[in-house]
Amino acid sequence: MAVQSCVDVRNEWDIVSARQLGRDLAKDLGFSSVDQARITTAISELARNIYLYAGNGRICVEPIEEGNRRGLRIIANDTGPGIQDIRKVMEDGYTTSGGLGAGLPGVKRLMDEFAIHSTVDVGTEIHITKWLR
Amino acid sequence: MRVPILKLHEYLLISIQVELDDKTALQFQEDLLSKIHDTSAKGIVIDLTSVDMVDSFIAKVLGDVVKMSNLMGARVVLTGIQPPVAITLIDLGINMRDVPTALDLEQGLDKLQQDLEG
Repeated sequence: MAVQSCVDVRNEWDIVSARQLGRDLAKDLGFSSVDQARITTAISELARNIYLYAGNGRICVEPIEEGNRRGLRIIANDTGPGIQDIRKVMEDGYTTSGGLGAGLPGVKRLMDEFAIHSTVDVGTEIHITKWLR
Repeated sequence: MRVPILKLHEYLLISIQVELDDKTALQFQEDLLSKIHDTSAKGIVIDLTSVDMVDSFIAKVLGDVVKMSNLMGARVVLTGIQPPVAITLIDLGINMRDVPTALDLEQGLDKLQQDLEG
């Protein structure tokens, strides 16, 4: 079964390690250079969100298989303040950081699947998936 | 880690070849502005040929350094943006509309020369 690898995100350097992890796995799985860039960028955005809003959390990547398709899943979770209004953060242009991140709508557009679960004062977990074409 | 900045006549040439973490990116911003100040450079080319990923933070740092350099009277051109980088930036919803770009270093220098003479 698939092996998951993870990076703890506590500082700016961990953002680089997280995207390195995703880039390596995307390359191993045979993603195109464009999809490698999409995956790496999506990880960078999620890791930055963890660093900016939660202070610490974790990014995990894993190869996945479903029927006859293969892909890469990224799981970002943190024990930060959680998100009050998920509908709002999924609107383009919504920001609480003054535009430091492209936000979750951008991440969603980079990937094929996007799921978010957040509880105020408990934390946030985001699952995103890219399928091999 | 620091990004090297080369001086060529009235130009500054930068080729970003390192994985840009936040600190390196911000340090580069400061280094470039001091170098413009010290050398009175008129034109700057930042070449991104070796950069395989630009996230929203790096895009903001690059966009900002272009505006900051303009404030100091210098023109900046970004060159060598790779196809995957262009695609992901637009996917992300970042358009660097006000940032001058050119296909490669050669065309970037041509563009600067035209701007500075024109």
